[in-house]
Amino acid sequence: MSFHTASIADLSKGLAAGTYSSVELTRYFLARIQRFNEGLNAFITVTEEQALAAAAAADAQRAAGQAGRLTGVPIAHKDIFCTAGVRTSCGSRMLDNFIAPYDATVVARMAAAGIVSLGKTNMDEFAMGSSNETSWYGPVRNPWDHAKVPGGSSGGSAAAVAGRLVPAATGTDTGGSIRQPAALVGISGIKPTYGRVSRYGMIAFASSLDQAGIMAPSAEDCAYLLGAMAGFDPRDSTSVDRPVPDYVAELGAPLAGLRIGVLTEFMGQGLEAETGARVREAIEVYRRLGATVVDVSCPRLPLSVPTYYVVAPAECSSNLSRFDGVRFGYRCEKPRDLLDLYQRSRAEGFGPEVQRRIMTGTYVLSAGYYDAYYLQAQKVRTLIAEDFKRAFAEVDLILCPTAPGPAFGIGAKVDDPVTMYLNDIYTIGANLAGLPAMSVPCGFDGGLPVGLQLIGPHFSEGRMLAAAHAYQRETDWHQRVPAAYA
Amino acid sequence: MTSETKWEVVIGLEIHAQLATHSKIFSGSATVFGADPNTQADLVDLGYPGVLPVLNADAVRMAVKFGLATGATVASRSVFARKNYFYPDLPKGYQISQYERPIVERGSLDIMLDDGTTKTIGITRAHLEEDAGKSLHEGLVGASGIDLNRAGTPLLEIVSEPDLRSAKEAIAYLKKVHSLVRYLEICDGNMQEGSFRCDANVSVRPFGAEKFGTRCEIKNVNSFRFVEKAINYEVARQIDLIESGGKVVQETRLYDSVKDETRSMRSKEEANDYRYFPDPDLLPVVIEPAFVAEVRATLPELPDEKAARFQSRYGLSAYDAGVLTASRELAGYYEATVSALPKAPDEAAARANAKLAANWVMGDLSAALNKENMDIASSPLKAPELAGLLTRIIDATISGKLAKDVFEGMWAGGGNADAVIDARGLRQITDVGAIEKAIAEVMAASPGQLAEYRAGKDKLFGYFVGQAMKATQGKANPAALNEILRKMLAGP
Repeated sequence: MSFHTASIADLSKGLAAGTYSSVELTRYFLARIQRFNEGLNAFITVTEEQALAAAAAADAQRAAGQAGRLTGVPIAHKDIFCTAGVRTSCGSRMLDNFIAPYDATVVARMAAAGIVSLGKTNMDEFAMGSSNETSWYGPVRNPWDHAKVPGGSSGGSAAAVAGRLVPAATGTDTGGSIRQPAALVGISGIKPTYGRVSRYGMIAFASSLDQAGIMAPSAEDCAYLLGAMAGFDPRDSTSVDRPVPDYVAELGAPLAGLRIGVLTEFMGQGLEAETGARVREAIEVYRRLGATVVDVSCPRLPLSVPTYYVVAPAECSSNLSRFDGVRFGYRCEKPRDLLDLYQRSRAEGFGPEVQRRIMTGTYVLSAGYYDAYYLQAQKVRTLIAEDFKRAFAEVDLILCPTAPGPAFGIGAKVDDPVTMYLNDIYTIGANLAGLPAMSVPCGFDGGLPVGLQLIGPHFSEGRMLAAAHAYQRETDWHQRVPAAYA
Repeated sequence: MTSETKWEVVIGLEIHAQLATHSKIFSGSATVFGADPNTQADLVDLGYPGVLPVLNADAVRMAVKFGLATGATVASRSVFARKNYFYPDLPKGYQISQYERPIVERGSLDIMLDDGTTKTIGITRAHLEEDAGKSLHEGLVGASGIDLNRAGTPLLEIVSEPDLRSAKEAIAYLKKVHSLVRYLEICDGNMQEGSFRCDANVSVRPFGAEKFGTRCEIKNVNSFRFVEKAINYEVARQIDLIESGGKVVQETRLYDSVKDETRSMRSKEEANDYRYFPDPDLLPVVIEPAFVAEVRATLPELPDEKAARFQSRYGLSAYDAGVLTASRELAGYYEATVSALPKAPDEAAARANAKLAANWVMGDLSAALNKENMDIASSPLKAPELAGLLTRIIDATISGKLAKDVFEGMWAGGGNADAVIDARGLRQITDVGAIEKAIAEVMAASPGQLAEYRAGKDKLFGYFVGQAMKATQGKANPAALNEILRKMLAGP
């Protein structure tokens, strides 16, 4: 049986009907990982033993009549989430030896829902990157073309899902790290509202922007899993105490009457022609389905890249100070003294992109520069949020491309950080404003997938997933699997 | 002109009061002093990857209490900020503190000066922050240990205005804050354990100058006495430096209590750029008026209010009232003593009793406690027992002079006042017959003196008093003895 093309809903039904067990499913996907991971480099750690034990426990739970909707469903976690007893590397040499002593809230909640984790996926180092090339564990390859990047930073999760090595995987999104890789590998990915999912146990990059989400072939799959991750956590002061709706139940909401705003700023210059064409075709699908499509403008949104590259490095420079070689993680050989211990542990433990961002962040927070950079960026951030607010007074959802073009070649942009940063131009705004946003596949550009982005007001995940689901009932882009993985 | 009259001293204090919460400010770990290293540090305190801080509401409550007690503005919105620097005892590489928006601003406290006048000292701000851990060097060869038990302990940093003009004023202010935080039960005030610490910013300027001189910050002073000595040393150093043509450079100096000197730790140029910015892991602290009202309702009677009441209710002097209210425990002891005394027949007698109690608490009792290096809470003599002794003075069972012996007996564990009086046979003789009998014996044994007295040598009266007291082993009631003796010496 080809479980790998089944939806989460199908797997849930099959498990419930007793057609197959979680152990069978788990073995099946572990075998796919075994077969394909060497080519993709999507996993940093495969936890076969724990996975089979968790699957057996899930089956026992089901036998005892205590199974939930997701009991026994296998997934993978981005290696940014702490997992008790399992290496949590964050894609960095700095944490290559780090065995987390506790579970992140996301990991614990999904485990409590009976979800089985197969392992930890590759990622850009400390989630800093848009191509998965900054990982200490080497680049991840795009299943559609191994010479191309899968996007980043959740590139491992993206490639694993796109190659159907797992039915779904968690990701995190600070400036587009779920949506951009989802777009580049042709799957769906949702970054929820800031505060919707607990950040406890998720290794921080930029605390005010980081948000965990889910990556899976379809919006429906995402709806199934998001509910198991979301919700208030007393251990995260920035998580929001607000009930989690049943996203699956909301999937059926009709599209008729939905007002969709096409973001004019992101439909012109900088957008590759073929990618733009796919997005315009998707807009036509929405029109056909009865949505009202209008143009909206967020004039300050083009400022989001420079704003982001002040705020995110500033926070990262402070968040990554704890990696000092003293208590955990990498420590240099034979330090001469304390300063040497700090300097060499960090110089050897962090890769160049992480170091670049730490230095940028340190600079923008320094005395004499703080007002000109950090404070100014925070002001622009407020303006960008206001732009969105005004737009949402007119429309229910905003639509735009996820990335300016399809996946680029491994090595193509690695020496040009600014060009690399511009790949996130369409996704960063949602992070700066704390808005939920998702990417769904909407066709191909030169044989590589193209993503369509939806952005909604705070806590509109249900509406957004329903709109994506409606589109996916009309199209089959989300069901396309690269030939080698079919 | 001497140096003292030419130079004005300007001091501001930064006090770190460790808040008496059960758990740390951002984690659930306990805050008990003296536990084995690293047994009171959880993943949050250790700064593990992925952990997040959650603010302890008790710490906020305590800061608000302090704000209300000093007449300060309690900010309706305050913000935690990160102070970034690398140090092994700082697990996250930053300290969570408050920077631009502290929880408490613009308060004040009154201190009493030597001449009996009061002076108001401004409190610029008080903000919440977490403490760092400790580096341990003893017993480790070629290595340093780190104990993170203290990391994350809540601190209230109380920053004064540069309103203090001498080491004495600084100490008076420091003691006032120390007393206040203990009254409020927000800090145990233990300076040896580091629960109450102080840094002093010291500068000098010519009298009449408007601009402040360049200041030095003195760190690491952990007793009232050392604060005073450190400031005095630093003032003298700065004056000497300027008068010999030098210049004070802004720097942080460390006080060495063994050598009684301050020495340079780091200059302004070497100072860290802390890169403060609002902590994105914590929401701004929003304090509603209802919460402030709730905290206000829990405020105890404060030292100044208590001192004023002691003056009006017990007729004590401002000085006595100030001494007795210096700590909540001492004031409590005093009031418990007074209330255990027998009911006085009139207001004058009641005030005399209250004054008697004040004298004993501030005098013999305090002296005995000081001698044994004890505080009032651990006094072997509890308030009802002291009141028992005072009762025997008031009802004339013993004289004030003998009472000191009785006190010593009680202190040494001889039981209550009556037990000691009886055991030592100190009960005062008020029986007229017994006194007359003793006097008669003395008169019979001193015929010469008696004749001289009766011939007009009045000053021999003292001789007879002495002899009669001796005959009664000092137990005769002095007033009764005087009266009877005068009558009997006059002759029939």
